[in-house]
Amino acid sequence: MTTASAPPLPDGLVVVVKRECETCRMVAPLLGQIGQIGQIGQTSLLGPHVTVYTQDDPGFPAGVGPIHDDDLSVSWHHDIETVPTLIRVAGGIEAERTVGWVRDEWRRITGISTLGDELPVFLPGCGSLSVDPDRVDALRAAFEGHLLHSRRIELADPEDEMEAMFQRGFTDGLPVVPPTEQRVLRMLQGTHRHPQEVVAVVAPDLVPATVEKVAVNAVMAGCLPEHLPWVIAALEAVCTDEFNIHGVLATTMPVGPVIVCNGPGTRAIGMNSEGNAFGQGNRANLTIGRAVQLVVRNVGGGRPGEVDRATHGNPGKISFCFAEREQDSPFTSLAVSRGCLPTDDAVTVFAGEGPRSVVDQKVRTATELANVFAACLRTLHSPKLVLAFDAILVVGPEHARVLADEGWDRERLLAELHQRLQLPGSELVWGAGGIADGVPMHLREATLPKFRPGGILLVHAGGGAGLFSAIIGGWANGAMGSEPVTRLVHAHPHAEDRELTEDRELTDQREVSR
Amino acid sequence: MTKILLDPTGERSAPHRERLPRPATLHGQVVGLLDISKPRGDVFLDRLEQLLVDAGVHVRRYRKPTFTKPAPVDLRHEIATQCTLVIEALAD
Repeated sequence: MTTASAPPLPDGLVVVVKRECETCRMVAPLLGQIGQIGQIGQTSLLGPHVTVYTQDDPGFPAGVGPIHDDDLSVSWHHDIETVPTLIRVAGGIEAERTVGWVRDEWRRITGISTLGDELPVFLPGCGSLSVDPDRVDALRAAFEGHLLHSRRIELADPEDEMEAMFQRGFTDGLPVVPPTEQRVLRMLQGTHRHPQEVVAVVAPDLVPATVEKVAVNAVMAGCLPEHLPWVIAALEAVCTDEFNIHGVLATTMPVGPVIVCNGPGTRAIGMNSEGNAFGQGNRANLTIGRAVQLVVRNVGGGRPGEVDRATHGNPGKISFCFAEREQDSPFTSLAVSRGCLPTDDAVTVFAGEGPRSVVDQKVRTATELANVFAACLRTLHSPKLVLAFDAILVVGPEHARVLADEGWDRERLLAELHQRLQLPGSELVWGAGGIADGVPMHLREATLPKFRPGGILLVHAGGGAGLFSAIIGGWANGAMGSEPVTRLVHAHPHAEDRELTEDRELTDQREVSR
Repeated sequence: MTKILLDPTGERSAPHRERLPRPATLHGQVVGLLDISKPRGDVFLDRLEQLLVDAGVHVRRYRKPTFTKPAPVDLRHEIATQCTLVIEALAD
């Protein structure tokens, strides 16, 4: 597709070639013939006007007066991906094109029915220099850099760019990838959204974050372009009033956004849902979560010691993002349980602390497993505190197998857990058990649930070996604190699909909002 | 070669506002007491209110819906228009 700011092409036929290409060398003798198709006596019969652009050798092909597309601007703006490309231009507008050598196409477009009689019927072309992977980033910066509105930070020659990023307070304590124009433009290839579109208004400073600013921070985090739609979706979720990132930052509790990813896209971008899913070693897991946190830091102004008042924090506040192990899960996925389709890509954000393990290597029945899950869940934050906090229970595959063997699904396990977590007020009131905190004395005779309805989020993840699960404790829940929020990821939307998807997303948000 | 990087921040500079001078006396002041809804913040503010009222100061009480979110704009406006001083009880 020709871009809006493209240098105009002359009317007639336009051919883009490079000497390095064998097919171009094969068709080169034809280019002179096209312009002069016959001779009657001393009179030449003139064919269509031909303009030849050459990408490499300024003198190639000889005899046709080639124009050297030295900076590749013609090739870039007219989206030349293959050489040779033959284009017919009428009234300044491209009418048709063919790429490589397809004899019938060349004859049809030139109107010369005998063109290339001696040549094969078909020969594929070569890659255009304008899409050469070694050049494309520089070309994009040269021709599309104006799309980026961010302030340019010029570093002096002696300045170490990594140290410069630390000195300016842009990092989370680890080195970041310097966000050059080339890298940011490459990152933006991962989304269909315009660089200046606002993704979200980011607390605490309530600054609108554009797609461009998100891409800058995604570069710094180490993301690949295909990670960007996931970062955008997670940011949209984090910056809702329901999730309340302002409060999640400001609290003295050790929580940050935990991002659970669902859908086939998690596998397409190589996320880890298996061994060490919470740990190191997977680029997508680590950089998506890190990019979200860097946007909150750099765009929103949420920095430790300032609005972030955490007493201890947790290492997951650098990045805590993982995928659900859907392929062999006995449960419907977290996203499906929150209103998505199994084919949807989605993120669910949860204000959570670091994971803690649940160990039971002797468990053989689903009942035994529910017992140990409930016993561990009861201690969340304090065995005396109820109803105020949600949790994600991440069931490991070996534990999940115990449940699957007895046909326990998501609903059955959650029902069994809630049943076991009805607690006597006498054990919870202030001072009971020699522990000061708890619930007011007038609740002594009451029975209180540890979790509100829906307060346990179930996820299947982890490696194939180990009878272990994990609990990720939450922060103040509900309208007074933070609600988990699910958002669809729009990786490669087509216009018509997008409308449908967005309609459904609105429905989903209503369903998942408590 | 000069390196050019893109600014990752929101590129905003917050307007600088000077604090008002401390009043020389509480006489004639209207003091707002803002409870942010943390447990036992009211205990602290009850005691302050008693001390202030005993000193002849006019006191008004306010409460945020939740300590986890910034005060709603209407509440901020109400305090700003009704009080000359405000004391906020931050924590448990």
